This record gives sequence, C-alpha cells and structure tokens, in this order.
Amino acid sequence: MKISMFHLMPYRDLPADFEQRYHSVWVDPPWTELGNSEKVGQYYNWTLDELIYAAKAGLDGICVNEHHQNAYGFMPNPNLMGAVLARATNGMDVAIVQMGATLPTTNPPTRIAEEYSMIDCISGGRLVAGMPLGTAMDVTLCAGITPIEQRERYYEAHDLILKAWTAPEIFAWNGKYFQLPMVNLWPRPIQKPYPPVWVPGLGSLSTWEFSAKHDHCYCFLSYWGAKLGKKVMDGFWEFVDAHRLEPNPYRAGFLQLVVVAESDAQAEKLYAEHIKYFYDKSLHIAAEFFFPPGHQDYRSLENSIRKGLIQTQFELQAQVPNWQFKDFVENGFVIGGGPATVRDMLVEAVTKLRVGNLMVLLHIGSMPHELTLKNIDMFAREVMPQIHDLWDDKWENRWWPERLRAKRQASLAAAL
Amino acid sequence: MVTVQERTVSVWNNQVKPKIRLAGSGPALVYLHGAYGLRWDAFLDELARTFTVYAPEHPGTTAGDPDSIKSLDNLWDLVLYYEEMFDRLGLQSPVVIGHSFGGMVAAEIAASYPKRVSKLVLLCPIGLWRDDAPVKNWMVMPMEAVAQAAFYDPTGPVARQLLTLPDDPVARQDAEIQLTWSLACTGKFIWPIPDKGLKKRIHRITAPTLIIWGREDKLVPPVYAQEFASRIAGARVELIERAAHVPQLEQLATVSGLVRAFVAG
Repeated sequence: MKISMFHLMPYRDLPADFEQRYHSVWVDPPWTELGNSEKVGQYYNWTLDELIYAAKAGLDGICVNEHHQNAYGFMPNPNLMGAVLARATNGMDVAIVQMGATLPTTNPPTRIAEEYSMIDCISGGRLVAGMPLGTAMDVTLCAGITPIEQRERYYEAHDLILKAWTAPEIFAWNGKYFQLPMVNLWPRPIQKPYPPVWVPGLGSLSTWEFSAKHDHCYCFLSYWGAKLGKKVMDGFWEFVDAHRLEPNPYRAGFLQLVVVAESDAQAEKLYAEHIKYFYDKSLHIAAEFFFPPGHQDYRSLENSIRKGLIQTQFELQAQVPNWQFKDFVENGFVIGGGPATVRDMLVEAVTKLRVGNLMVLLHIGSMPHELTLKNIDMFAREVMPQIHDLWDDKWENRWWPERLRAKRQASLAAAL
Repeated sequence: MVTVQERTVSVWNNQVKPKIRLAGSGPALVYLHGAYGLRWDAFLDELARTFTVYAPEHPGTTAGDPDSIKSLDNLWDLVLYYEEMFDRLGLQSPVVIGHSFGGMVAAEIAASYPKRVSKLVLLCPIGLWRDDAPVKNWMVMPMEAVAQAAFYDPTGPVARQLLTLPDDPVARQDAEIQLTWSLACTGKFIWPIPDKGLKKRIHRITAPTLIIWGREDKLVPPVYAQEFASRIAGARVELIERAAHVPQLEQLATVSGLVRAFVAG
C-alpha cells in the first residue's frame, strides 16, 4: 500500500459560534470579519512543516490541493506549496502528490502542464499529477465557470495537458474552450510518458468512466468514511469488472481522517474538539452551493436523484452536530484511538474498499501544530509499519512514480 | 377547456428536437418560458382563446433530448436557433411573449431580427444589470428563498401549484430531474451574471413593446422595467399590484387582459 498525508490547510481559529453566525464556510465567509493575515502566514508555514515532517517520518507521499474563498482549506495555488515541498524533500523517497490544480479554472491549462513539469523536474521525478474537476463552489461560484460547461472544459483541459506533455512536435490547439496557436511546452516532466495521473471524485459515474478510459487512478475523496464509501466503491469495482479492467487495488485511492494516541481514551481527550470543529465549522457549507444545476451532467444527475445519493448525504450531515467522538468513530467517519484500534479499523476499511492508494488526513480542523506532529509521529511509528505490506504480494502500483515504487525503507528514526 | 397539441420539430441541423405545445386559433403568438421549464398553465389557456399559441421548450429541456444543449455554445447560437425555428413553424412575424429568462431570449430575437417580431411582450425579463439592484442568482438559492422572492404570496395557490412536486416517488424524481436540467440548460446562457450584451443591441428592437412587471418582484427587481423601457422606442410599462415574478398567474385576468388589448391596439 502507499500511504500519503493529505493536508487541507484550514483556518484553525474560527470563532466558537461560527456556524450559527455565518451562512457558509465556503464562497461567502467575510474575510474582513474572520481573516487574519499574520495568523494565516503562520498556518501556511505550519502546513509545510507538518507535511515535511510526515515525509521525514516515512509516509510515502504528501498531498496538497486547491480551493478558493473559504476557511475550510485555502491553498488557492497548490503548486506554490508543491514547489516548496519538492525542494524541501529532495533526497527523500517521498512522492509529491498534487491533488491538485483545478483544470477547468486554469487558463490556459498548459499552465498546469508547465507547473507540474517544474515540480517533477525539481523533485527528480517524484510528482503525482492530480487532475481535479473542482468543486462547484470553486469552479462555478469563485471562478464564474458555467456549471454545464465545467466537465467539458475539464475534458478538454486534460487532453491538452497530456498532449502538451507528450507531443514531439509543436502543435496548434483548436479547442472549444481553448485556442493556442503554438504549443511547445518548456519544461517537460522527467517521468515518461508523463507522471501518474490521479482523478479525485465524489462518486459520479462520468468520472469513473473517464478515469477508466485513460487508465488513471480514481480517488474517492470523502469525509464520510468507509461505511458510506463502500456504496460508492462497490459501484466503482462493479464498473471496473464490467469493463474487464484489471481489478488492481492501486487503481483506486481513498481519503480517511485518522487520529492516533497512546490509547482510545487518550485519543478522545486529545482530538475530540478538533474533529467537532472540522465537521461543525470547516464543513459548514451552504447546501445550495454544492450542486448548481448543470454541475452534474444529465446521467450523473439522474443516477444521484434516482438512487437518493444526495438525499442520504444531507440526511446524515444533519445528525452530525449532535455527535461525540465515539459517534464519529463508530460511524467510520474518523478512524481514531490507540494504535491497535486504528490499525484494525484501517485494515478493515481499505480491504473492504479495495483501495491501494490511501490518503490520511492527519491534520484536522483546529488541531494545533504540536498535536499534529504527534499524530503524524504516532501514525508513522505505530500504525503504518503494520499495514504497509497490504496488496503488495499481488499487485504493482502503476499509478505511483516509478522510481519510488519499491517499499520505502523505514528511515524515520534517523530522519527525525 | 383548450385542447393542447404537442409537436416535435427538428432544428439546428437536426441536432435539437424540441417539443412544442400548440393550442388555440387566431394570430400566431410564440411564448418563451422561464428558467424552470415549460408548463402549460392558466395564462397560456387564456392566450389560446385569442391566439394560436406556440410554446416551445428551450433546447435541452425537452424530456429525452437532454444532450442537445451541447450543440449550442452561446447566446448567438440560441438566437439563430430560434430564428430557424420560426422558419420551421412557418411563422413570419408572430407576437412574441417571453417570461424571465424567456423574456431575455425574446428581446434578443427582436433586437437581432426586428422584422421577425410583430409585437413584443416582456414579462419581468432578465438581460440587463444594475450593481445597485442585482438580479438574484436563482441557480444557487434554496427553493424556499426563490419562493419568497418570486411570489407575492409565497404560500398562496399560485405558489403551491408551481412548487408542489408529485407524491408518486418516480414522478417526483422525474420532476426533480426535469426542473434541475431546465435550470442547467437555461443557465448555460446566463451564468454567472445575466448581462450578455443585450444593452448594446436592444435599441434595434422596432416591435411595439409592452413590459409587464410585478411590483413586488424580489427576484428581478421592478426597477428593471424602466431600464428596458428607456432603451426600447415607444415601450410601455405596466406594473402589476399584488404580484411579483409571476404576474401572469398571480394576476391572471389583469395581465391577460393587458396582453389582449395591447396586441389588438
């Protein structure tokens, strides 16, 4: 298995009554009332330090992503962070997983091809190229892209980036959304023909088909854990089966919130308030921003209304404000506790979902810096070694930078 | 009771097959519906007593033809598409009535092809923009908020009739899908701000024009009535009391009377 630390870079100090006072954490939280630039400078530095610490602790990869106009996670350009991380981890066998720069809002998309190439060159071929469609909040509201065109723009941007990376000749791109007279990418990535591509998604049929067609890794990014995730991932594996694709677990990625301490009781004591903060405040997103009409194409819309997928998620979310630590753990939203509990739960989750590329969110909501380092440290020492070998007896991770595919040696003690 | 017929025509090089509802007799009148999709309602019944009403569904919003929206990229395509549809239907110069989004489309057609519209009625149209009176973005508003803004009486019979979804689960899903997709398809031409250049073209309208607005419209504020009127030579404004964004149903008798008199006059 390959295990990467994911970081959202959230605002860590929202007021206690944030969710009562404000409409949404995304799109319209007023910076002038809530934001503090000095603090945010500190957050960015902590975020980088935490990810570098995870790299030193032996995690296989470190992930950043792109979001806008929010206190939930705000790295408007993840490639700025990725460049710092690539430089700071030179000499380490850690992947720089950009999950990533949002395709439909980057104009021209060759900008992403260039920046990813830069990161791949700086890191010596350690890039994983995430290609997100982007949330409706980011793409349609913050960037003004027409909802019904978001996916088409995405497909076109994707094709353009791949061609820009691989075409031996200079070419003209006469697309519907982008027209470029002479594409001649400088630089190009070290990895050939191009870095592994991961496609984050939320369970939409169209994204599965797209990932399968291009042989990319499909990553289900969810905060609702493996119990709910199973519904989506079962559908994904049925799809893989129906299309006679190799059922390689590394074809799939999954994101999981994880907190580890010396014991279950200690984990609750240390992390409970930060998990509450995350679900109550960081995810306080106005429902009407999630799916502006057209964000889902017609077939995905039909699929989710007929199967009640949106309904289920909103009903569940409505219960969350009353939850305690144990509810988050029992419902599988969070995998948390002493090392043995976390190991058992994680093995069960990734086996059940058949996922080879695991992303763990080890900084959650309001977690302070020191506690985050502790969580990373406990996870790397007490949990990771026992689950690291999963899947490797049978499957090769074709969706991982080639030079990093061997098992990473546990160099953590020396590194720290 | 008016008998409503359905007809499917093939437009845009056979790439779009919209359903058109047809009823009544008398002079030809084209009705262009708003963002929530076409529904044959009491206002169209009223019009059908005096006119031959043609009510087409906007491209992509016809059940069974959702992907046809992909063949139209922008507002210019949409205007050409409607001019072509007029030809298919054998309409040389009909009366054109447009509601809300349909009002913007009607104004664009009348500005692009002044000779193809004999008389123009705009029911609280979108298409212009004032920073001090922003048009509400209904695509990202909860239904309750839309109802509060769009109806004079948000719990009254007109609102209930338009907002109530069927009880049968499958019919309800059908309705939700249809509604969402209508918003998606019409949204293609207006996102994120419904100001796509009509202000540069609107002076070209030569059809006698009647602008009707509900005085209590909080979705598209009635200050826009004057914005439209000041740009169209000879246009007349009627503000309707006890009505908001759906004046033709909220004050059915008044509005249908105004339309009949205007077309006859």
